[in-house]
Amino acid sequence: MTQQQTGGAHGATGQLSHLDSRGTPRTANHGGPRFRKRERLSRLDVKYSPYLYVAPFFILFAAFGLYPVLMTGWMSFTDWNLIGDWKFIGLENYANLMKDEYFWNAVRNTLAIFLIATIPQLLLALLLAEMLNRGIRARTFFRMIIFVPNITSLAAVAIVFGLFFRRDFGAINWLLDFVGIGPIDWRRETWGSWVALATMIDWRWTGYNALIILAAMQAIPRDLYESASLDGAGRWRQFTSITLPSLRPTLMFVIIVSTIGGWQLFVEPLVFNSGSGAILGGTQRQFQTVAMYMFERGFSDLRFGYGAAIGFALFAIIVVASMFNFLLVRRTVRE
Amino acid sequence: MRKGNTLTYIALIVACLLSITPFYFMFIVATRKLEVINAVPPPLLPGGDFGENFGRVLANEHAGFMYGLINSLIVSTIVTICVVFFSSLAGFAFAKLRFRGQGAMLLIIITTMMIPTQLGVIPLYDMMVNFFQLDGDLLAVILPFLVSAFGVFMMRQYAATAVSNELIEAARVDGCTTFRIYWSVVLPALRPAMGVLGLLTFMEQWNSFLWPYAILNADTPTVQVSLALLASAYYTDFAQVFAATAVATIPLLLVFVVFGRQIIGGIMEGAVKA
Repeated sequence: MTQQQTGGAHGATGQLSHLDSRGTPRTANHGGPRFRKRERLSRLDVKYSPYLYVAPFFILFAAFGLYPVLMTGWMSFTDWNLIGDWKFIGLENYANLMKDEYFWNAVRNTLAIFLIATIPQLLLALLLAEMLNRGIRARTFFRMIIFVPNITSLAAVAIVFGLFFRRDFGAINWLLDFVGIGPIDWRRETWGSWVALATMIDWRWTGYNALIILAAMQAIPRDLYESASLDGAGRWRQFTSITLPSLRPTLMFVIIVSTIGGWQLFVEPLVFNSGSGAILGGTQRQFQTVAMYMFERGFSDLRFGYGAAIGFALFAIIVVASMFNFLLVRRTVRE
Repeated sequence: MRKGNTLTYIALIVACLLSITPFYFMFIVATRKLEVINAVPPPLLPGGDFGENFGRVLANEHAGFMYGLINSLIVSTIVTICVVFFSSLAGFAFAKLRFRGQGAMLLIIITTMMIPTQLGVIPLYDMMVNFFQLDGDLLAVILPFLVSAFGVFMMRQYAATAVSNELIEAARVDGCTTFRIYWSVVLPALRPAMGVLGLLTFMEQWNSFLWPYAILNADTPTVQVSLALLASAYYTDFAQVFAATAVATIPLLLVFVVFGRQIIGGIMEGAVKA
């Protein structure tokens, strides 16, 4: 859709500078000695002003996005602790990290919470999208309501669900009591805390993902279904052999975004574990995530070099996990 | 497509109830006395103690909640205006202008979306504290977010189809500079997408937590930092914490009630294009 911009010949009556262009446009131009100067300025405008328009992004991103990331890389090879000098220690931080049981504990917790959250979430989102895609009444209403959890802040979600997931008087334990399940100490038990955090994530994201999937479903041509049902394909058959394959790019997108977000999990466990040692993620670190551990080492212990190494390890994990999920989707959902 | 049956409606209504219940309980606890949260079963209707509960929030100097609200309003507004402006400008350039290195630059922008935000936090902290001397300063949470790769990409996608080439061409012939074309031809055409981007940016900034939590302190919190301070230090006083949570959520609910349709439309449209 890009368009060939015709050069200065047509734009010869341009103003002196694009910066004073808020004034009224000068329409009349009858040539004369100033004509050539304007023509030249206009040609400069067409050729170089695009760079001015994209420059803010690149300048600000270089300063506050790229530079910090590169510095994190460099910092992870030092033992810097905010005040002293930067001493280069090679791969020592990474070697220590490989032996650090708290780090592996955080990796295990984050992976477990991610899996417990993402698998039911995707299935539910698919189901919701499928139902919303039927010819139902009040469709806008339903769409808005299932999306509304997504507008709340992570802190608010964790605060409200923290109340539901109390051991005593919590709404969840009260409901579980009806089916004969004894009170669960959601903050103290490893599995309990994982499930509680996964529930918060799913509450906030299932509706959002359902809408993304729904959008992709609506783009599938109707006649595919019509000819399939003429061929005698049932609803399940249509879903597996038309809907799912057509959703492949979207499912890929949703899974990768969930992977990136899931590995960075931070706010919910932090707020869930109220009190002074919140960053530890529970008394036994049973729900401390990698991002929390990075924060603990970097900001609480001021071991910035080590914290930076954790950050890069997290980045590596995200890249590997995204690639793994990419291949997984490509193999399991056929086109 | 088949008509939905009763089962579909029941399932959708259950999903909606699950969506709303946490909000509903937030308002119940926020408007009732503290003891009520231990009642089994929990009360189903709101009470009349909101004023008292929120009074305790305001009197709580430790959390600085009013400062949090004002600071969040300032930060979110400035960031939203800048993101929308810079994104539409760059999106227009990528979609409608021609310049060397265009394709590579767009690719770089899309790639940056994959870098996790937490990765640069430590050097960013160092830069803000030791170089800019902005420890605890609101500017420190504004500066890093003035541009958004997602915003540029979204605007480019929208501008490619929404702005007509003929109009741009005609403006050129009339002697408009490129900036004037942006200002009087492109901006009006981009308005719907700018609205969606603005709303999404505002909500994201209002809810932003990790970076403000790292760089700000109890004297200049944003609303989320203030909430976390409240929740962590006063977790026994649920009525107070919930009153604050409710007040922090209401602005977003209002935005959603008014503009929800556009936001959802924008998200679904973006999903298909991306």
